Order: sequence, then structure tokens, then C-alpha cells
Amino acid sequence: MTSRLIGLTPSRRTVLGGLAASGAALALPARFASAQSAAPIKLGFQLHRTGIGAAYGRWYERTAQAALKLVNEAGGINGRPVEILFEDDGTDPKRGAEVMEKFASQSNCDAVFGALFSHVVVGTAPRAGELKMPYLVCSEGHHVASGKMNRWTLQPGITDVKSQVQAMAPWISETLGKKVTMIFPDYAFGHDHRDAFVPAIQAAGGEVIEQIAIPPTETSFTRYLPRIPAETEVIYHVMVGPAVLTFVKELGEFYGSGDRPQIFGFIDSLEAVNIASPGLEFLEGTHFWEGHCRYLQEDAGEHEAAYRAAVGVDDTGASLSDAKDVSTYAHMFSVWETLFILKAGMEAAGYQGPADRQKLVEAIEAMTDMPYGIEHPQGAKTFNGKTHQVFGLQYISKVEGGKLVKVHTTALEDGMYPDEADYTAMSF
Amino acid sequence: MSGTATKVWALHLGVLAALLAAQAVLPAYHAGNLARIMVLAVYAMGFNIAFGYTGLLSLGHALFFGAGLYGMGMLVALAGWGAGAALVAGIAAGGAMALAVGLLALRTAGVSFMIVTLMFAQAGYLTILYYTPYTRGEEGIVIDRAARVLLGFDLSQDTIRYCAAFALFAVALLAKLVLVRSSFGRVMVAMRENEERSRMLGYDPFRIKLAALVVSGLYAGAAGAAYGLLFGYVGASFASIQYSILPLLYVLLGGAGTVLGPFLGAALMFYLIDLAGGITTAHLLVVGVALLVLVLFAPKGILGALRDRGLKWLP
Amino acid sequence: MDFGPFLLLALMEGLVTAAVLALTAVGLALVFGVMRVVNVAHGEFFMLGAVAAWFVTTWIPGPPALGFIAALVLCPLLVASVAALADTLVLKRLNYDPDATIVATIGLLYILQQAALSLYGPDARPVEAPFTLRVQFPWFGYSGYKLAVIAAAAVILAGVWLLLARTKIGLVMRATQIDRETARAFGINVDRVYAGVFALGAGLAAVAAVLIVPIQQAHYLMGHDPLLLSFIVVIIGGLGSLRGTLVAALLIGLSDGVISVFFSPTLAKILATLFVALVLVFRPQGLMGRRTA
Repeated sequence: MTSRLIGLTPSRRTVLGGLAASGAALALPARFASAQSAAPIKLGFQLHRTGIGAAYGRWYERTAQAALKLVNEAGGINGRPVEILFEDDGTDPKRGAEVMEKFASQSNCDAVFGALFSHVVVGTAPRAGELKMPYLVCSEGHHVASGKMNRWTLQPGITDVKSQVQAMAPWISETLGKKVTMIFPDYAFGHDHRDAFVPAIQAAGGEVIEQIAIPPTETSFTRYLPRIPAETEVIYHVMVGPAVLTFVKELGEFYGSGDRPQIFGFIDSLEAVNIASPGLEFLEGTHFWEGHCRYLQEDAGEHEAAYRAAVGVDDTGASLSDAKDVSTYAHMFSVWETLFILKAGMEAAGYQGPADRQKLVEAIEAMTDMPYGIEHPQGAKTFNGKTHQVFGLQYISKVEGGKLVKVHTTALEDGMYPDEADYTAMSF
Repeated sequence: MSGTATKVWALHLGVLAALLAAQAVLPAYHAGNLARIMVLAVYAMGFNIAFGYTGLLSLGHALFFGAGLYGMGMLVALAGWGAGAALVAGIAAGGAMALAVGLLALRTAGVSFMIVTLMFAQAGYLTILYYTPYTRGEEGIVIDRAARVLLGFDLSQDTIRYCAAFALFAVALLAKLVLVRSSFGRVMVAMRENEERSRMLGYDPFRIKLAALVVSGLYAGAAGAAYGLLFGYVGASFASIQYSILPLLYVLLGGAGTVLGPFLGAALMFYLIDLAGGITTAHLLVVGVALLVLVLFAPKGILGALRDRGLKWLP
Repeated sequence: MDFGPFLLLALMEGLVTAAVLALTAVGLALVFGVMRVVNVAHGEFFMLGAVAAWFVTTWIPGPPALGFIAALVLCPLLVASVAALADTLVLKRLNYDPDATIVATIGLLYILQQAALSLYGPDARPVEAPFTLRVQFPWFGYSGYKLAVIAAAAVILAGVWLLLARTKIGLVMRATQIDRETARAFGINVDRVYAGVFALGAGLAAVAAVLIVPIQQAHYLMGHDPLLLSFIVVIIGGLGSLRGTLVAALLIGLSDGVISVFFSPTLAKILATLFVALVLVFRPQGLMGRRTA
């Protein structure tokens, strides 16, 4: 079953126009090889179709389909059409590795991408390395940049948690307050937030006065809220999983409309959830990190409209065909951008087939600046070939009138930190 | 050797020979799958020793699998142990965990035993999450490729991985065959069929059940440690409830109380999920329907049904 | 916050947990008590109730209270009929053999999860509470709806008790529980009783889910925790004892609410889980059950 992209698609002309305009600005001089074969380039996509990642998976699939359509309309890669094989990994690390084997050994894919949940990435990466398969992950985790993966695993489509947190800490300390209480899930993702944020806020002159780690299996949160110290100036929350909305609602019931600390959250707590849901009224005036602004901003870039149309999302971040169906807008750009990086990498490497996979990795490692364009609609980025990690812009939005309005954009260098690894020194 | 014994040994050695030969014939993808299936089958065989033969329905075997996985993984990652020593430690961890759980849980029976084992396994799973600073919790850790070398063989190479999985499977299968055909094996079955009567005959049910559970734990620990070494990943999801249910499904599908049943069940279940994932997006449905059909039309599993229909000698 | 208000909040939270848990667990205990089968799909009936509630409240126009009341009536009926169907098509044919039922209900679990994923989708979606009332205590605010859940659960549980203790239906159920064959000899249609009990158990889980869904969202994987907790409660309470199940639900709900406030929550969960296991080991009849041969 192939899932067709639902919603309006832009006319071919607008897309091509956009491509032509931005194609001139491509960072890498493409060595256009004449296509030696007309066989399609096959890309594997690890899809969270079932399991805890399913809410994201559906939109990741749509985004990948939209980007694929655009790539093929513009002539494919190296003159060859591109196809994506979607395979469900059940958001499970064991199945994730099996799916990787399927792509490599059975389908003979040219590269694999798309995984979001970090346990799937960490569980799959060893096999990607053994099978010598370029593995481009879209997961936000710090596992790639920390040096724990391998030469074949890269994260060129989205910044990692450490960078996100470090870029925002100064703004939180200057704008919202110095005394911060952190609420995070008691597992690796939450610990990454804690480990990155505590030193970052100290460097900015603030401090974390309380850390509330909540077990990942928890479904009700009210009883943790009294642990928020009275002198707290800012509550920093990042929750993931199906119970996140409960958390946000109960925070609202606890504080009501009365006197309360400033609240800064990660939109992960409300991805795929309508901000105007009943019980979320108290969010008015609170702030969120957004990887990509869900609501169309007044100063949105010139490619924003084309990107939204392509992925089938309206100006509020909901599906064009169903207003109730809210997208995972803050994260799914990573899928789109990763496909265009694959294209740029394959063109730079003169990629002909699986024998050139190593050349493809080397070509991506050689990338540096990725300017804003239809290939990078979230914003300009810079790639660090040594750590296999991209760095980009972060957005801070405020809830105003039931919408998320951007109030701050970080600079690229705000999220930079010293290298912790050098993959280019590793063997293939 | 009696005629039955000849048939039994011929069948099992034949299966092993076929598996060894399969590597040369099968495409890389299926050989890789088979390596996985063999390791999981060792886990399921251990489960079958407790459940199929001794009648102990545990819903907490993921604890023993996880003990093997983490016993091996933590020693390699944090203490820098070699693969061989860590593998032995993982097997021991699985057995020790089974001994500890057995001493307590075997005071109960039936549904209570199911729940007690489930609770212990859940506590184990949460403990892994609790020590996230060391275990990296649900995200898990990569076992470094350099550490995955056993007796000079690099386990990250496909051929060697297959041979290692095969060696483990062969040892486990033959040991189980010897066990269930021994007098102790018959006493285990007696526990399942009629505990009171075996008590009258002078056996100590608690000791026998404990021994069966410890053997079962050793199998699970071996499978867990091997899985981590062969595929380079250790994560909390392998200790979750889902992994307590899996061996139960494998065993019921292949045939509880049969030596080859767990392997057959593991293989069928793996390919059911794999093929369903390729055909339809609703592959959970396929698995669910398959289970219902199985339980309605072949309640004793595939080999159990064969045993009822003529192959009475099947161990 | 001082210790007093802290404890008050923990107790109220614990009561909400206990109320929903009691409804769910009583359903499981009934099925186990009368039919002697372990229903692994019980959590999925809970999930089905929540998902159905979202559909009903979305389709029915007007004030949220109207849709919610409709859901409270329709969803349990719908889930009960699904359960009765499952009993007739599958469990009856298995003759309620314990091992086979476990496998069959695991299969059912997968089927129901996939049905929810395909028809409802992977998102966690909220249902609007029938009324919004925030009770402001001097130290913190609390959801008025949550307090209403406690009351509603108490009323429904009282109804279940009346049904079992004071009506002919209850009598027939108890007769079937004590001796299936004798009941059959007295002309009781045992098949129908079993289907009814299975449906009632699932319906109670669905009622619990409809009550909880304005607090927690409907999600296709939400059945996992209620199943585990219900098992714990049924065991601690003594298998098949409804009164024991109620007391155990209160105990588990309150202790979960209180312990995790004062200790590291993950550690608290580990200790609570081990405690349940040890209760079973050293008091196999549960805390409330009578020792049976």
C-alpha cells in the first residue's frame, strides 16, 4: 500500500521556480555525471508506523513523500529517479536493526534514513556500520555528536539536544528568570536535557534549583507539582510520550490563572496536539522551543509557503485535508532536509551505485554551510563533518491568542560546542 | 540404541546439519535472520524447560534475558571485560537471577506464580531505567566492535556471527534433548502432570522446580548475552514485558513440551511479522489473527499437533 | 509546600487513581472469579472505551456534558458487545482452557490495538470534561472533575455490588462460579452467563476509561498500565474476591499517590512492585482473601 500524500500539492511550476531560484545557491558544486543506469536510486526509510513513535511516523512518511515528489520532478538524483521503501520498525530497537538488514541485504538500498527515536537509532547504528550502509538519522539525540556511533551514522538534518538547550539557556536566564525548576522524563532523553541545561544556565548566570525526574511510565503528574519550590522563577519542562498533554493540563489546574512562575517548555510536550485544546488555556503567555515554527509567522522566509503546501500543512500547522490532524511540525523538517542532503551528497560524489556508498559518506562529511532554501526550509545550517552533526537555528515562541508567535531566533554560533569526537579518523 | 532413540537423534542432528548447511545456500538477508532466530530460540527453549516440561508459566523471563544482556553489556562497557568472560558472566547472571526469583516465587503456583514473576521482571526493568547514568536506560548502549571478539573471532562478521549463533543453538538443543530424555526430565514432566503424586513417590517438588527454573534462567541468560555480543546493542526494551511474552508465543506456536518447538515457533513468528510488514501496514492484525487461528485449530502448537497425529516419539 | 497540603494532594490523587483502578480491576476480577480465565486483553477493552468516547463526543454536537453522558452510556455497551462477540467466537470454542485463553487474548490484544491504530490513529487525543470547575485550595488548585470521578466510580461500584448480591442475575453468576456442571443441570444457560460476565467485565473497564479520558487522553497504547495494575489489585485483593479487590485498589492507588511524592518516583515504583510480589509469596491468598484449599 503506498500512502498518497494527502492535501493540496503545489503546481509544478511554483515548485520548479522555487528550485531554480534556490538551485543557484546550492553549497556544493555538483559534478553532474551522466546517468549510467536508468534504474531508480533506492532509499530505505525506517518508519515508526506502530509503537510509541507512531504519531510522528505518520507525518514523517508524508514529509518524505513530499520531498521525494519534489526531487523526482526536478530530475531525480544524477539523472536517475528515486524511490523510497518505507518499512515499519515498530519504534523498537530490535526491529529497527532487522529493518536495516532488510534494506541492506534484501533490497540493496543505496542509503537509509528517517529514524527519530533514539533507542531505535542506537540499536540500529552498529548494524549500519557492519553493513557499510550510510545511515542518516533524524533524531535530536546527542548520541551521534558524542562519538558513540560510527563512520556510517550521520545526523545532518536536525540539531541535537545539547545544542538546542545551550542555544536557549542565555535567553531564558535574561528574559524569564534565573531560578529554574526542571521537569523531565527519567530516562536518557530527559537526562540529556538535564546534563546540557544545568551547566548552560549556570554559564548564563542562572541556576537549576530543583530537578523533578518523572518515570516514563507515569500517566498522572499532579502529585509531582508540589515539589516545585516556591521561589522558582521559571519552570522548564520537556515531556515525551502519549501522556504529555495530561502533564500540561495538570500543570494548568495546579497553578490556575493565579500567580505562577514563567513557563518554558519544549514543543515535544505538544507535538501533534492542537494548542487550542480544552484545558490548555493557561498556556497563554508561556514560551516554547520550536524546531520549526508551527504557525506561519509574519516574517516567514520565502520558501515557507512552498514547503507547507508540499507537505500538506496549513498556516496553523494542521493537515490541509483535516484541521483536527495537527502535524509534528517542529521536527519533521529533518526528514525533508535529510533527503536533499542525500541528493546533494550523491551528486557531489558522482554516486552510481552501492559500491559508492563510502564516497557518499565522505561527500556528506565534506559539507559545511547549508544556506536557507527550499532544501533547508527550517533555516540555514552548518555541518560538522568530524562529529557528523549539523548545527542550526532554534526558535522560541510565545503563546499569544492561542497561537505560537516567534519571539526569538538564536544565532548559529549560540548552539556550537567543542567537538567530542572525530569520526573522520575512524575506518570505514 | 532403541528404534525410537535412533529416530529422535537422527531428526535433531539432521535439523542441526540442515541449519549448518543453510548458511552456504541462503541469501545474506535470510542467513542474518536465521542467526537472530537461533539466539531467540535458545531463549525460548529455556522458557520451554520451565513452562512446557515443568508446567511453570512464568511471565517474567525477560528478567533472565535482561540479566544476561546487561550482565555481559555492563562488564564489557564499564569494566572493559573481554567477550568470553562477559559471556560466561551473562549466563551466570541469568542463572543466579532465576535462582533468586525461584526461591521466592516457587512458594506460589498458577496465576499467582505468573504475577509474581511478572512483578519481579517489571522491578528489574525499572531498575535498569533507575540506573540510567550507567545503563543509558531505554536508549541503551552500543557494544564497541573491538570488544566483540570471541576466541579471536570477530563476531561482527556475518559468517562468524552465524557460526557463533549456530554453536550456541546446537549446544542448547542437544543439552535440552539429553535433559528431557533423562530421568530428571521425566520427573519434570511429572511435576507438570501431577505434583502431589510425585511428592508421594518421594520427590521434592520445590527442588525440582527450582532446578528447572535455574536451567531455564541459564538458557535465557546465554541468549541475552549472546544477542548483545552478536548484534552490538544493549537496551532496556529487551527487559520489558514484551520480551516475557515473546518466548511464550514462540513456544505455544511451535509446541509446548517439544524440543524443536521453540525454534520452529521463533522462526515462524519472525517471518510472519517480517512478511506482514511488507504486505500491509496493519501487521499487528496479522499477528493477532495468526495467534487466534493457531489457538483455535492447533492448540498444542504445530509439533504438539504432529505428536498427537502419529509422531508419538517426538520428544 | 508544607507537609499537610502535600499529603492532602497526594491523597486526592491517590483516590482518583484508586477509583478508576477499582472499576477496571473489578471487571477483571469478575471474569477471573466466574470463568477462571486470565484475560490479557482487558487493558485493550479499557483503551477501546476511551477511543470510543473520543468518537462519541466528537460526533455529538452541543455542550460537552451532553456528549460525555452519551459516551458514558454508549461506549460501555459497545465494548461489552465486542467482548461478548469475542467470548462466543473464540473463548467458548477453547473451552476456557487457561493456557489457550492467554494466547487467544494476546491475539485479541493485537487485533484491538491495530483496529484502534487504523481507525483512530496514533495520536493521543483529549476529550473535553463535562464541566470545568477548578477547586482552589489555599495552597494549590485542583480539578473539580477529578473529584466527580471519585463519586461516579463509587456509585457505579455500588451498582455492581447490588447487581451481584441482590438480583437473580447475580445469583446465577455466583451459582455458575461455584459449580458449572450443577448450574447447567439446574437449567442455567452457562454459555450465556459466561458471555454476559465477559461483557460486563469489559464494560466496566470501558466505564473506567470514559471517566478517565477527560483527565488522560485516548491513545491506542493506553491499555498497558491499567492491565498491569488491575492484575496487581486482583491478586493482592485475593483472586475473585470483589471486596478484596476494592480494598486493594484503594491501597495501591493511595500508596502509589503518596509514596512517589516522598521518594524518587522510579525507586518508589520498584519498591511497590517488589512489595506486591512479596505479598503474593508470603500471603498467597492475598491480603484479603481467605485461604482456600
